[in-house]
Amino acid sequence: MKLLTHNMLTSHVKGVAKGYPLLIKATEVKVNEVEFNPQFVSRMIPKLEWSALVQAAEQLGHREDLPAELVPDYEKNEEFLKKVHRALLEVEVIEGCLQCPESGREFPISRGIPNMLLNEDEV
Amino acid sequence: MATSSGRSCLQYLLHLAQDNLDFRLPEIKALLALRGKPFHSCKNFKEKSPFWCLNGLVEEDVRSIMARSVCAKSAFELWGHGRTHSELRTSLLNYPSENMSPFMHKDSTYRINVYTFNKTLQFAERIKRIDAMEYLQFEGTVNLKNPQHIFCLLEDYGTDPNNIPEHPDYIYFGRWIADGQRELIQSHSVKNRHFIGNTSMDAGLSFIMANHARVKENDLVFDPFVGTGSLLVACSHFGAYVCGTDIDYNTIHGKGRSSRKSQKWRGPDENIRANLRQYGTEKMYLDVMVSDASKPVWREAALFDAIITDPPYGIRESTRRTGSNKEITKPTEGIYVESHVPVSQAYHLSDIFTDLLNFSAHHLVMGGRLVYWLPVYRPEYCDEMVPLHPCLQLISNCEQTLSSHTSRRLITMEKIKNPEDLDTLANVADPRFSPYQGHNAFREKYFSGLNKRCGKEDHRSAVNGD
Repeated sequence: MKLLTHNMLTSHVKGVAKGYPLLIKATEVKVNEVEFNPQFVSRMIPKLEWSALVQAAEQLGHREDLPAELVPDYEKNEEFLKKVHRALLEVEVIEGCLQCPESGREFPISRGIPNMLLNEDEV
Repeated sequence: MATSSGRSCLQYLLHLAQDNLDFRLPEIKALLALRGKPFHSCKNFKEKSPFWCLNGLVEEDVRSIMARSVCAKSAFELWGHGRTHSELRTSLLNYPSENMSPFMHKDSTYRINVYTFNKTLQFAERIKRIDAMEYLQFEGTVNLKNPQHIFCLLEDYGTDPNNIPEHPDYIYFGRWIADGQRELIQSHSVKNRHFIGNTSMDAGLSFIMANHARVKENDLVFDPFVGTGSLLVACSHFGAYVCGTDIDYNTIHGKGRSSRKSQKWRGPDENIRANLRQYGTEKMYLDVMVSDASKPVWREAALFDAIITDPPYGIRESTRRTGSNKEITKPTEGIYVESHVPVSQAYHLSDIFTDLLNFSAHHLVMGGRLVYWLPVYRPEYCDEMVPLHPCLQLISNCEQTLSSHTSRRLITMEKIKNPEDLDTLANVADPRFSPYQGHNAFREKYFSGLNKRCGKEDHRSAVNGD
C-alpha cells in the first residue's frame, strides 16, 4: 500500500464518527523506485490531506524532510515535488495493518494489499 | 510535414472498423472533447457507414484522435469525393491546388493505395484505378516501400455482403494522415495476458471504455469491481494512474484456480501489478485492495477523474457483499485470520447500480465520467430502465448483444453537480430499477431462454421467483 492510497482511505467501521486518518502499523516497509512525474504530483497535492501524509510518512520512518506545511508555488518547486513523489508513490507498506483511530479495529495488510473487509458481525 | 496554417477549413475522412458499431460515435466524440472540439459531420453522415467526413478540425486534432481510437482504422485529409469516378474527378479538380501542391512537388516521394469496402478488386483493376488518377499533377517519385506521402482511393460498396453493387456507392480520395490503435486489440489480447480470470474484459472493449471515460494522462482512475484489472490495463496505457478494489480475496491476491485450461493453479506472480508490468505501465499502478463495493473505504472527497467498471451480474460471477442474515458465531478467541473470508449475502443488481451511481456522484471530480456495463433482458428493455442520478448526466448508452434475448449496455455518465443530502436518496425507490430488484432477478431472465427447452425448470424458477 502506497501512502497516496492511505491518504484517501478512511475507516468505514459502523458508528465511527472520526475514522480519519487510519493509523499505520507496519512490520515491513519497502521503497520501490517509481518514475518521477511532476505533473501528476502537482495534480494530486490539492486532493491530499497534507498533515495525514506527513504523519503517515513519519510513522513509517520515511518523512525525511517533508515540511509540516504545504509550500506555496509548489508546481515550480521540483525539489519539493520529488519529496512528495517519494512519500506518495515510492514508500510502500508490505506487511502490517491499518487501524481505525476511533474503534481500534485493525485491517491487515499482506503482500502490500490491505484487506478492508468488515466481518459479518460488523456490518 | 507542411504546416497547417491557412488550411484550417479542411475536411477529414475517418475510416472506421465495422464492429462494435454502437460504440464508435461516443468514442470519437469523447476523444474530440479531450481536444475541446465538437463533432461536426458532413450533411450525408450515416452512423453505420465505415466512412465519416468531419468538419471543423485541424490535422493535430485528427492525429490525437487516431493516437487513441480503437474504433477508427485510418484518417485522411479529404481531397475529393463523389458518387462516381467522374464526380470524384470534378471534385478533385475543384480542390484548391495550394492544398495539394506541398505534397506533390518533384522532390517528394509518394504512393497511392486503393481500398475497397465490401468488395475485393483484382490487382490489375487496382492499377487501372491508379492510372485513371493521372489528371492529378503528381510530380514526385513513386516509392512503394517508404514514401513521404501516402494517398488513398477509397471505394465504398455498401454494407450488404449479399448484394454487392457493380459500381461503388461512393468514392473518396485523400492524403493518409494516421492509423488508429487497432493493433492494441492484438497486443493486449487476454490470450497472452499474464493474469486473467473467467470474466476478464476483452482488450478492445477495455480501450473503448477508457476512451468513453475520456481517461487522459495523469488522471486518477478507480475500478470498484476490479477483478483481474483489464480496465486498469487499458487506462494505464493512456497514462492514467490506476487503483481498484474487489471483494474476492483470491482474485486480488492472485491465488486459487487458474482460468486457463492448460493450468490448474495460479502462479506466484499472477496479479494485477504483474499485468501492468507486462505492458510497461507498472509506474501507473497505485494499489488494489480487498474491499466491498457496498461499503466504500474512501474519504468523502472528489478523488477520481474516472470510475470505470464491469459490475458482476450474477451470471458468470456471483453478486455478493459482506454481511449475513444468520446469527453469527464468532471464533472463540475473537480474532479472524488475515485471509478470513466474511460471510457474504446477496447484493441485488438494483443496489449495485444505486451504490455505484451514488459513489460516483460523491467521488468523481466535476466533469469526471462513470463508465459501466448494464446487463439487459432485451424483450423488456426500454431506455427508461437505465439508472439516473441528479448529479450525473447520461452521455451515451451503447448495446453489445450477447444472445437473442440478452445484451449488455455500456453506460457513460458525466458528473455535472455536487451532491446535496437529498440527492443521495433520489432514486433508491425509482421504479425503473424494478428489473434489477430481487436477488438473481436478472440471472433468472438471462437463463429463461434455456429454460424454455425444459418446461419443468421454467415452472420451478417461476415458483421460486417471488
